[in-house]
Amino acid sequence: MVKRDKVVTKNLNLWFGDNHVLKDVDIGIEENKVTAVIGPSGCGKSTFLRCLNRMNDLIDTTRITGKVLFDGEDVYNNRMDVVDLRRRVGMVFQKPNPFPKSVFENVAYGLRIQGIRYGIHEKVEKALRSAVLWDEVKNRLNISALSLSGGQQQRLCIARALACEPEVILMDEPCSALDPTATAKIEELLFTLKERYTICIVTHNMQQAARVSDYAAFLLLGELVEFNDTNKIFTNPKDKRTEDYITGRFG
Amino acid sequence: MTKEIFIKRFFLFFALLSIFFLAGIVFVLFKEGISLFTRVNIIDFLFGKSWYPTHTPAEFGILPLILGSLLVTAGALVVAVPLGIGSAIYVSEIAKPGIRDVIKPLLEILAGVPSVVYGFFGMVIFAPFIQNLFNLPTGLTAFTASVILGIMALPTIASIAEDAISSVPVSFKEASLSLGATKWETIVRVIVPSAMSGISTAIILGMGRAIGETMTVLMVAGGSAIIPHTFFQPVRAMTATIAAEMGETVVGSMHYQSLFAIAIVLFMLTLTFNIIADFISQKFKKKMTGGL
Amino acid sequence: MKKRKLKQIIGFSLLRISVSIAIFALFSILYFIVVRGAGVINLEFFTSMPREGMTEGGILPAILGTFYLAIGAILFALPLSVFAAIYLSEYARQGRLIRVIRLGVNNLAGVPSVVFGLFGLAVFVKFFGFGVSIISGALTLGILILPTIIRASEEALLAVPRSFREASLALGATKWQTIRRAVLPSATPGILTGAILGVGRAAGETAPILFTAATFFITRLPSSIFDEVQALPYHIYALMTEGTHPDLQVPIAYGTALILISLVLLINLVAITIRYRIRKEKRW
Repeated sequence: MVKRDKVVTKNLNLWFGDNHVLKDVDIGIEENKVTAVIGPSGCGKSTFLRCLNRMNDLIDTTRITGKVLFDGEDVYNNRMDVVDLRRRVGMVFQKPNPFPKSVFENVAYGLRIQGIRYGIHEKVEKALRSAVLWDEVKNRLNISALSLSGGQQQRLCIARALACEPEVILMDEPCSALDPTATAKIEELLFTLKERYTICIVTHNMQQAARVSDYAAFLLLGELVEFNDTNKIFTNPKDKRTEDYITGRFG
Repeated sequence: MTKEIFIKRFFLFFALLSIFFLAGIVFVLFKEGISLFTRVNIIDFLFGKSWYPTHTPAEFGILPLILGSLLVTAGALVVAVPLGIGSAIYVSEIAKPGIRDVIKPLLEILAGVPSVVYGFFGMVIFAPFIQNLFNLPTGLTAFTASVILGIMALPTIASIAEDAISSVPVSFKEASLSLGATKWETIVRVIVPSAMSGISTAIILGMGRAIGETMTVLMVAGGSAIIPHTFFQPVRAMTATIAAEMGETVVGSMHYQSLFAIAIVLFMLTLTFNIIADFISQKFKKKMTGGL
Repeated sequence: MKKRKLKQIIGFSLLRISVSIAIFALFSILYFIVVRGAGVINLEFFTSMPREGMTEGGILPAILGTFYLAIGAILFALPLSVFAAIYLSEYARQGRLIRVIRLGVNNLAGVPSVVFGLFGLAVFVKFFGFGVSIISGALTLGILILPTIIRASEEALLAVPRSFREASLALGATKWQTIRRAVLPSATPGILTGAILGVGRAAGETAPILFTAATFFITRLPSSIFDEVQALPYHIYALMTEGTHPDLQVPIAYGTALILISLVLLINLVAITIRYRIRKEKRW
């Protein structure tokens, strides 16, 4: 089987003001696989993730050099349509952030802004089923999303991203605000989702990275220390710093 | 220990003064104004169409004054609400930090211009302009007053609305953008709806500001106490009536009492606006803190 | 996709237009008043009495009157407001009492200014017998600016970090000592900002002094707080509505408006500058 990278970064550097946050990061994120980005807090994991759908644009002092190629096209190219890019790259945030609208309207949001009028109900149902939330909410689609539990809210946010039919899903520590049961459900979900989507997940939880990912990238102080099969990273790291980190000697 | 309790009571006394003054205002308005209703039927007062307080026999119908106030206030809102909320969204969502740092103080300056200066500007510059533009017999009309009043209420509305908009959690904005919404779609569909209660508060307080404003309507609205039929005729608002006529009344006369009675109506209206605004913002606070 | 982009362009343009109209309004007011007012202003305008039935001369009494009224108002309102703010931020616990007090402050802020005038007329002018005077006007204005200063002071007090209070209490200070020595000093710039804004507000108000303090024409300067005064805002109003020689008096009104607006904006500018500086300077 030929390995095909969906998203590739080349010499990716990022500064917030004078602060050099990412240093020459080269990563290829393979299609239909889960790639985990690990590292201690403040190492630039989330910033890296946010480069992939240009969410860092929201911060005024950001400066970026290097390339982020999405299907071979540079997302920082002037011709790139950021809005369309973000539709094709879904994102799930650290803290569940449903809109203060109904469950249904949350999932329908992406469809409505694209001007889709027909078949919304079917698409919402499909997305909720894919996020394994349908059975829990099918009888109360009109209640406020804020009244769901934290785990349900996070799966709702996943459903909301899925409804836009993205090609890549970025997950920024999606379980850090959840209890173990809710976490287990999301992890289970990742296995089914990767059949259809390319997933990049940021986590500070080693076990989680080991459980869910196919590839793992270890970032330290903005530098990519090691990038390899998850198995290899966790059983036979090549770099001393990686070994120190995964065995819990720092971080 | 007792000293500390004494100190606490001391400060409590001053904290209660605002309520005391508010109660004092109510008391004074009723004390001076209520005896009018021993001689004038309250229905005739509120719905009477003629205001001839110094005529014999005098007539104390304030319907033209109430309608004058409402017309000018409504007109002011038509100007101030879109412009105020538009400015608030611009400042909090679109303006680059450098531009924001210029515009915000400018809006604060606009809020600081004394109302008599607005009235003066309205009289000497804006009213003649309107008169020529629409070829009217006089430029001092409800329309003129509405525009000037709208500009005055604009910074009030903008500042409260901006607070509400910038307190919408960034996560909502991020979620919307990450789903491929444009900035504009995010503003219209997520940010504004989430800030709606704060925006409503802003509108209601702006309304209270407009209906209670005195000098501008006194100087610019023209002052005819007749029921208005169009925007382009002179009107007389409740506040302007009090301000213009109090100086000429004899203390304790029916005319004097009737002006206090108008103040009761005015006070009740603004009190209602304020309580509604307060209620909405309290509910909003609960919703934001009790949400998760 | 194109349609969505177009919508955004139109939407943003509308927002830019709203803000431009607001700024344009501000500048056109300033422009006319500065251009037409500057011509009549000279040293004599500041320092001399009005002459020839208000058609010539300066506006010294109005400048002094506004100064007395604003200073009187702040002398009355500042201690009251700071004490009230101390209760609200340091002593009050969340509950019904504080809700009621807040409602009182908010509603007092919303009372139309002409109603304050009526209150001052009935209470200070008539009931206390102060007559139409500086003291009646200053007290009326003082009550009017109370909510502004209470809010600013409360905000300033609440901005003092908890750790200051905890550190002081942990050293064995009483609550009052903590407030006086640890909290109030840090909140002083903020309270001062509120006070300055209050002075600006009091200097610019007209309706509250219509029946409590102001007079169109006096031949001598006030000699006690029980004398009636001229005031800048009232002077503009009176020249425009009671004046008998518009050709001579409108220019004086322009000059008066320029002085009033410069005064008020200067006061506000000082307050805004202090506030921005406090907010930017995160000393704690």
